[in-house]
Amino acid sequence: MTAVELPAPKRSSLDVVLRARELGIVLALVLLVAVTTISNPRFLSGQSIRDILLNTAILAVLAVGQAVVVITRNIDLSVGSVLGLSAFTVGTLLQNYPGIPVVFALLVGAGVGAACGVLNGVLVRYGNVPALVVTLGTLYVIRGVTYFWAGGSQINADELPPSFLNFGTADIPWLVILAVVVLVVTAVVLRSYRTGRELYAMGSSPQAAQLAGIPVGRRTIGAFVVSGGLAGLAGVLFAARFGTIDAAAGTGMELNVVAAVVVGGVAVFGGSGTVWGAALGALLLTTIGSALAVLEINQFWQQAIVGGLILLAIGADRLVAVRVAAGLKKRGSHVG
Amino acid sequence: MSAEQLTETRIGRLANWNVAIIAITAVVLVIAAASVNSFGTAQNFGFLVLDLLPIALVALPMTLVIVTGEIDLSVASTLGLSSAVMGYLWNANQPIETIIPVCLLLGAVLGAINGFFVTVLGLPSLAVTIGTLALYRGLAFVVLGDGAVADFPAVYTDWVTGTIAGTPIPNVLIVLVVLAVIFGVILHATPIGRAVFAVGASEQAARFAGIRPGRLKFWLYVASGTIAGLAGVLWTLRYSSARADNGAGLELAVVAAVLLGGVSIFGGKGALPGVIAGVVLLGSLQNALRLSDVSNEALNVVTGVLLIASVLGPNLIRRRT
Amino acid sequence: MRKHLPVAVALLALTACGGTTKSSTEGQNTAAPQSTAGQANPNAPLKEGLKIAYLPKQLNNPYTDVEVGGGKVAVDEIKGAYKLVGPNDASASSQVSYINTLIQQQQDVIAVAANDPNAVCPSLNQARKAGIKVITFDSDASKTCRDAFINQATTQGIGESLVKMASELAGGEGEIAVLSATPNATNQNSWIEVMKTELAKPANSKLKLVKIAYGNDEDQKSFTEAQGLLQSYPNLKVIVSPTTVGIAAASRYVSASSYKGKVAITGLGLPNQMRQYVKDGTVKKFALWNPADIGYLAAYAGAAMSSGQITGAQGEKFTAGKLGEYTIGADGEIVLGPPTEFTAENIDKFNF
Repeated sequence: MTAVELPAPKRSSLDVVLRARELGIVLALVLLVAVTTISNPRFLSGQSIRDILLNTAILAVLAVGQAVVVITRNIDLSVGSVLGLSAFTVGTLLQNYPGIPVVFALLVGAGVGAACGVLNGVLVRYGNVPALVVTLGTLYVIRGVTYFWAGGSQINADELPPSFLNFGTADIPWLVILAVVVLVVTAVVLRSYRTGRELYAMGSSPQAAQLAGIPVGRRTIGAFVVSGGLAGLAGVLFAARFGTIDAAAGTGMELNVVAAVVVGGVAVFGGSGTVWGAALGALLLTTIGSALAVLEINQFWQQAIVGGLILLAIGADRLVAVRVAAGLKKRGSHVG
Repeated sequence: MSAEQLTETRIGRLANWNVAIIAITAVVLVIAAASVNSFGTAQNFGFLVLDLLPIALVALPMTLVIVTGEIDLSVASTLGLSSAVMGYLWNANQPIETIIPVCLLLGAVLGAINGFFVTVLGLPSLAVTIGTLALYRGLAFVVLGDGAVADFPAVYTDWVTGTIAGTPIPNVLIVLVVLAVIFGVILHATPIGRAVFAVGASEQAARFAGIRPGRLKFWLYVASGTIAGLAGVLWTLRYSSARADNGAGLELAVVAAVLLGGVSIFGGKGALPGVIAGVVLLGSLQNALRLSDVSNEALNVVTGVLLIASVLGPNLIRRRT
Repeated sequence: MRKHLPVAVALLALTACGGTTKSSTEGQNTAAPQSTAGQANPNAPLKEGLKIAYLPKQLNNPYTDVEVGGGKVAVDEIKGAYKLVGPNDASASSQVSYINTLIQQQQDVIAVAANDPNAVCPSLNQARKAGIKVITFDSDASKTCRDAFINQATTQGIGESLVKMASELAGGEGEIAVLSATPNATNQNSWIEVMKTELAKPANSKLKLVKIAYGNDEDQKSFTEAQGLLQSYPNLKVIVSPTTVGIAAASRYVSASSYKGKVAITGLGLPNQMRQYVKDGTVKKFALWNPADIGYLAAYAGAAMSSGQITGAQGEKFTAGKLGEYTIGADGEIVLGPPTEFTAENIDKFNF
């Protein structure tokens, strides 16, 4: 823990702020659910909650991976394309070998994604190319490769083995369980392990992190591998949930993912935020989508609301950051 | 800050890349004209210009924004909202001579909103403009729904798709050339341009030199919004169709073209001729590949690879020497 | 400098002419270039080696693939050169670029399914000026910019058959909902209009249309919308989805939810996509024309026109291979024929 001793004294006050940040999303969520339920009680029915959670699971897995990258002051715009490639790979595999166990399918998907992550990470690290540029490029390239491969073909639900589809739609919500496992594991690593803390240090100040002896290169590639791997995993979940896969699966998803992460309080310039926040952001965005349908509010408002929410979230974060900075300065001067 | 410094590149790189991209573009044009059937025809030239017009227009102010170290991802949504409002007002029986300036003004206001969040509140422009990307596009759908407005006056639509009498030069090329010259002169031959580079290189140093980075960036966002609004008007007239989803995803192509043109994403470096070459390169490759019956997919791959190569290439060369 | 730009452009616009509004230009934009072919010669032989290009709404869509597959069969039969181009996204602007490319490549016939009836117009007219015959299929362009339109079935016929199926499945009374494509989809909207007229008739007075939802022809969105419908309307008896994407998504949702068996799904769907849901009992019946025949008919219509057999005028006749003889209706429309109803009994006879 030597590398992170410096911020340790501040952690308690920062923790409070971060908790408050996530509390804000929870409050917004509760309010939204309350209003919607009053207008239509069926919004809180078992089936409805189940649907929302299942839909959230995919976005949450992506958001967790994205948060890891964003914390290191990078960004991964290629996740939508990686999801598409992974979904199609796994779909094709299951089409040809229906006997493959679901666990294997999940591993293949995550592997495809991780490979894409390695590509991104290596280009960022050794090519010295900014993450925004690299992942914008791989967004095009990976999608293009998927289109090449898939051509006009679409994999329909009836071509996939029932055991796999059951995984997405069975009474036990496997998707949600898997998403929660991913979330908890990542959160624990980020919170309590040296590697995790090093990611925050890199995001706060890449230069200082390097000087402090953190293997910045390996950690950067690692973060992209996590993001890619989780995007690949999300591709398998996508395939299981929707059962229909073509080359366009997940197109444009990157914006929702970045939105979820930003709404969840992960700072775009790295160094702060939690995966809990990112997952809550994903839950909030998904719930808004469902609530609008139930409240019969014009669907067209959804995107505008998401946009407004992003602005609100980063505005609020800025405000909190300014306060915290002022508070720390004050305390620092007392100590010093 | 420090990430920028870590990847800081030598000044020489810029000039080299600028020349290289222009040379590559020229070579591609020559090869395409020689080997692709009907690439070099006057009619195809017209189509090519019309296809790359919106990207080229929006890329002009985007270059300046990126040189200051910021980014504007909301441009395509601004284009869409401008188009949607145009359709809405036309349906409300407003004269098009009023609608067009209103749409430009709207673009300016949308740009000012971005500028306000970035410069006054000091928020990261990447996050702000991803937010307004969703917001403006959403509003476009709120304004016009999923419908399309089509019956714009032929005088205007014909002008946009037409050519200067007796020549194969498209009318809209005049608009593009005039604006490109204006932005080029501003960036490379005025104090404003020098301030843009100074702010991009070091905001703090620029401030000490008496430049007000906030004000400069604010007006660049206004310019970016205005041009996006104009692009929305021209887009609508070209296709004689106002739709809320017009130009969706264009921001990625614009950023790709600007970066391909040798502008550093970290700010401080870039030149407009390179950017124009970048736009032309992407546009003509697309056109030539399409004429050779190469699928869209290949195009995506080419764009992505070019984008990464444009930054990676110079980096690798530098490392070796 | 830049601040003055809007003003400058405004001035420019103002000097051009004073106050052009929608109402002042009404009806001015309908001028279409006259068809270059003069007189039809019904006995002209079909030309060989015609270059026939298909431009569907988007590539990589199973329904479209079947349509253009039929087109390829027909083009091969008449010894033409088949070409398929198209965007990966269903946008009108990318279609325009493809039309321009096809003009450059000097095709003889363009068969296009328009993503926007007007946005493709200027380009299509440019193509016609260059002597290319333009046949629309699936989704029509404005009638001033194409030579003929292959209509999969009459609007009236589809609307009626949708209501008939819904009524049978609902047992003649109860709440029904529609899950459509996009809110501005030309086809779906005209069918829904007919449905509304049908539902207003006394025979259907006990059926209540409670909601029209839009899944935008996106699988995921349609899935979520079906979900929303069932939540908002607990007494819903039937979801009618007049689009292949919508009906498949709704069926998939219902087949795996607690609503299975309580809510019926019907509409227009592809047998291959729907087979599973018909077999597991989620779907009792649905309808569709054979999409391959649309592409097939488009090729023959284009070839007949390019060979001078027809010009697109009402009443002209031509022969479309295995489909037999067709007559051109008003506004250059060529109607394919009545839709087929699919049930558990007959679905295995179809493979598309």
